[in-house]
Amino acid sequence: MADLIWLIPAFPAIGFLINGLLGIRFPKTLTAWVACLSVIASFAVSATIFIQFLQMAPESRVFEKTVFDWIVSGDFKTTIGFRIDALSIIMCLVVSGVGSLIHIYSVGYMHDDPGFRRFFCYLNLFVFMMLTLVTGDNVLLMFVGWEGVGLCSYLLIGFWYEKDSASNAGKKAFIVNRIGDFGFLLGVFTLVGYLGSQGVWTLKFSELQANAHLIGPGLATVITLLFFVGATGKSAQIPLYVWLPDAMEGPTPVSSLIHAATMVTAGVYMIARLNFLYVLAPTTLLVVTIVGLATAFFAATIGTAQYDIKRVLAYSTVSQLGYMFVGVGAGAYAAGIFHLMTHAFFKGLLFLAAGSVMHAMSGELDMRKMGGLRKKTPITYWTTLLACLAIAGVPGFSGFFSKDEILWMAFSRYNSFWFWAVGALTAGMTAFYMFRMFFSTFHGECRADEEVKHHIHESPKVMTVPLMVLAVLSVIGGYVGVPHLLGGSNQIEKWLEPVFGHHAPAAAHAGGFNIISTAFASSGGAAGAESSAEMQLMIGAIIIGLLGIFIAWLFYVKNPNLPKKFVEKFHGLFTLVHNKYFVDELYDFLFIRNLLRLGRFCKDFFDEMIIDGIVNGMASLLAGIGGIIRRVQTGMVQGYAFAVILGAIVVIGYLISRIL
Amino acid sequence: MTEFSVFGIPILTFLIFFPLLGAVLLLFVKRENTLLIKAGALIFSLFELFASVPLFYKFSNTAKGMQFVEKADWFPDWGIGYYLGIDGISLLLVLLTTFLTVICVLCSWKAIEDKVKEYYITFLFLETAMIGTLCALDLVLFYIFWELMLIPMYLLIGIWGGPNRIYAAIKFFLFTMAGSVLMLVAILYLYFYYYNQSGIYTFNVMELYKASIPIAKQYWLFAAFALSFAIKVPMFPVHTWLPDAHTEAPTAGSVILAGVLLKMGTYGFIRFAIPLFPAAAIDAVPLMSILAVIGIIYGAIVSMMQPDLKRLIAFSSVSHLGYVMLGIFAFNMQGVQGGIYQMLNHGISTGGLFLIVGMIYERRHTRMISDFGGISKVMPIFAVFFMIITLSSIALPGTNGFVGEFLILLGAFKANTVYGVLATTGVILGAVYMLWMFQRVMFGVITKDANRELKDLEGREITILCCMVFFIILMGVYPKMFFNKMDTSVAEYLSLVKNRNAQARMLEQNTGATAKVATEATNTNMTR
Repeated sequence: MADLIWLIPAFPAIGFLINGLLGIRFPKTLTAWVACLSVIASFAVSATIFIQFLQMAPESRVFEKTVFDWIVSGDFKTTIGFRIDALSIIMCLVVSGVGSLIHIYSVGYMHDDPGFRRFFCYLNLFVFMMLTLVTGDNVLLMFVGWEGVGLCSYLLIGFWYEKDSASNAGKKAFIVNRIGDFGFLLGVFTLVGYLGSQGVWTLKFSELQANAHLIGPGLATVITLLFFVGATGKSAQIPLYVWLPDAMEGPTPVSSLIHAATMVTAGVYMIARLNFLYVLAPTTLLVVTIVGLATAFFAATIGTAQYDIKRVLAYSTVSQLGYMFVGVGAGAYAAGIFHLMTHAFFKGLLFLAAGSVMHAMSGELDMRKMGGLRKKTPITYWTTLLACLAIAGVPGFSGFFSKDEILWMAFSRYNSFWFWAVGALTAGMTAFYMFRMFFSTFHGECRADEEVKHHIHESPKVMTVPLMVLAVLSVIGGYVGVPHLLGGSNQIEKWLEPVFGHHAPAAAHAGGFNIISTAFASSGGAAGAESSAEMQLMIGAIIIGLLGIFIAWLFYVKNPNLPKKFVEKFHGLFTLVHNKYFVDELYDFLFIRNLLRLGRFCKDFFDEMIIDGIVNGMASLLAGIGGIIRRVQTGMVQGYAFAVILGAIVVIGYLISRIL
Repeated sequence: MTEFSVFGIPILTFLIFFPLLGAVLLLFVKRENTLLIKAGALIFSLFELFASVPLFYKFSNTAKGMQFVEKADWFPDWGIGYYLGIDGISLLLVLLTTFLTVICVLCSWKAIEDKVKEYYITFLFLETAMIGTLCALDLVLFYIFWELMLIPMYLLIGIWGGPNRIYAAIKFFLFTMAGSVLMLVAILYLYFYYYNQSGIYTFNVMELYKASIPIAKQYWLFAAFALSFAIKVPMFPVHTWLPDAHTEAPTAGSVILAGVLLKMGTYGFIRFAIPLFPAAAIDAVPLMSILAVIGIIYGAIVSMMQPDLKRLIAFSSVSHLGYVMLGIFAFNMQGVQGGIYQMLNHGISTGGLFLIVGMIYERRHTRMISDFGGISKVMPIFAVFFMIITLSSIALPGTNGFVGEFLILLGAFKANTVYGVLATTGVILGAVYMLWMFQRVMFGVITKDANRELKDLEGREITILCCMVFFIILMGVYPKMFFNKMDTSVAEYLSLVKNRNAQARMLEQNTGATAKVATEATNTNMTR
């Protein structure tokens, strides 16, 4: 099997090539089959490998295959090679599994779009790039996938390129990601440059890991921070998150696949993949945690004040990605990956459900014009409910386990009550805005126009079946990571142990528990304290989450006039949050305008007046002098050339006479 | 050493003069018979291409020094020889030239309707001059070909160019002429200096590499060579001829100008300016690197603001060639190899962009970005090619551009972190100006009626662009094929520069006989 791992990314590439090169005359059905089957084939290969892994000893669960040398220059060498281990197989399963479902869904969703074939070409290309990203065995091949998914994201956000907002959003996504990649590249250079100077020329993960001890803590901090800059771009964290909400201009399946389930989690995967470097840099990990936490909180506040259903989900994604970074920042890589997986299920589902709602509502996105869809779109309704329960962290659903694991890690690893508190508060807000969306979409009176109302209908099977599959996963997906506290064995952590090792837990200090003991007025022995603290925090988080749902219910079901009153009372605050704290405007003012100003200065003033002015001035000066001397000003090039050559001969003659 | 010949003529001589033969034969074709003229030019350039391909396979990857060498006396009394040879660096550039010439003939097929005969004669003549410049290892021979390149290019711009062609042509001519005259002075100075030192009159470059020149003198000589080459590259701030020349030149002129002629500048640094005066070159690293970095950033920023597609691409060339220069002056394997690779990449991707602009210009007779918008809708095939070439230009991994840019930046970063970091910002700016341009041309709704009826690409155009895309992908995915050819040559070049630099410094410290002995010892070691 090890020799065939390259098939995982290869299948979607083949699908892309078939549809792209030969597909002009294909009927839609054939295009759809080619596209879907290519991704399903990847999933089948991934599943086969996974099953094989299950039968192997944990330490030996690694397949590596080098296909050929890629860039070789001097001592520097990098290859096209693939690596499947416990971590990448999870990513492969998620990407190709959720990817397959979304491909199938898209067949229905995009059915009447004139760009049907183009859409599936891009989507296949995306899956190919994403699988390259997660299976590449070296940093540079990961970077190929990294930029490749960025390209597909650009193409798919701007899929409806005739809309200016869409093409602007696509461009913005690409450029903001490039800013992140600037950091990523510098990280690569620093890493290669330093290891190279130590005689180790490699970018291969396994060799990097073996030589990580050569890197001192200071350098490790620099390198990991630079890589993290890349992650803030790709995974939409502060300060580079601004592209993701705009990315909602793309077709909804794209938002689901790329901007929720897979691509945006690449930054989390990257940190998890490079865990052996991050573990050397505690400062970076702290930065990652704080940025993640800040993003999670900040984006959640914005999410509470949006009316566009996809924007709510977009900010929710930014916020949830923040959680994942809190997880990996706490050194709990497995928890981060766990949340990545459950998030792929429920957020992928939420976007698809939103697509289904848009389908029913003739493309409407504004929640103020929805409501009462429960009866008419029952499957969408029930699946959305399950996803909302999962993301809100209601016990028993997948999000509960993964989110709780992260909150606990943030608390215990950093020994900080505040990290936990901000995270838990964010979870409460998440529950609130998700159910705000849920209630205003499906409950109450329908506020749509008569025309739209008339057309409301449930989506076809091809769209609802993927919803149902994802709904099942959103419910049960968490049971691979039931914590010991609840009598589980945290399978996923155990599964990932060969990749992440045991290096993380620097056992929480007793001091931390003092805060908790005072906060919750409990005490106990060291071990008992830990589990009782974990239990208390868990219960606390559950209560906060349920409170969020309750407030949403109060605002949007019980007393629908409350939100209006609230907005009136806190008008300034609402405007600020509703307008996303005016960050886009700030960036525009600070960066874009100044760049354009600089551009105009360089072009109009410096290049055309100064430099060219000097050139043209010199030319006319020479021509003038020539005119006086020769009394002929031909303006012909022969004349100029003659003068120049004559001058040269004089100079040469002088030089020769000096030498000889 | 591998040798082979075509029709009994040694290969390099054949490659140089075969296009000239074509040009001469075209003289006898009636000027009304344009089809025969075009077909003739195509056949000659194609045959030239096929004749050059075996070079690639017969070239030994491991042999040191020049290959396919031809050496004959020309003016033996003055030490002028007919001395040809290529190493892995010039090999790749020769192939780029023969490839792009075919592309240029094909893309002129319909665009040139006026003075067709003269046009193709000029083009074939230009090919002779370009290949000659790349193969010449005698300074006089090199200089002759170097100057010969000017004439056809001047004519291409001045006769078949746009409305402001005379200004652009004269500017191009004077700029390059001014530089090359200084180079001529330096060549002659070097010639007499070497005679004084060794008692031999020679223009043989391999021989002149051995000259031991005091560092202070190297400065002046290097400056003269470097100015001439820097104008050709063009480096900031002597770049302003380029946008004018590109804007006014016909499509094929722009393609060959960007694809090959600019590379003569960077090639000149590697072959002549640096190895002849290594100590001066190494002392010039800060200056050259700073100018290169300014070129990268400045070119990108100015490019962003251009309203004219061709000017935009011209300034992007300033930026891209800045990368090449930065790589060359990193003086390490990654930087130099990346620089050379980027020379090829730029020929493919910027050449491709000029082709793209030419194709749309033929349909709309305008190059102003504001005249377009929404073209994707009416020209979907064109859109695909345009996108791929754009991505190559912004160095997306998987395309050729990435390999070159990555190695250059890695090399630059290793050599000097500050230059490396500053140059890496070009990665962002490149995406800004290219994607913004692409958006304004291709996306949005069609606002101009003239754009509604545009025809998508025809077979000939698709063929041309497929060739470009083929190399974009091949060079991006399997660069090893090309790196293998230049590995030995670049390593040899670097060690030559290093040794000769060390030797010049030593000479500076120890005066008199001891130094001379040491020098000679090193010389004999290195010429092997």
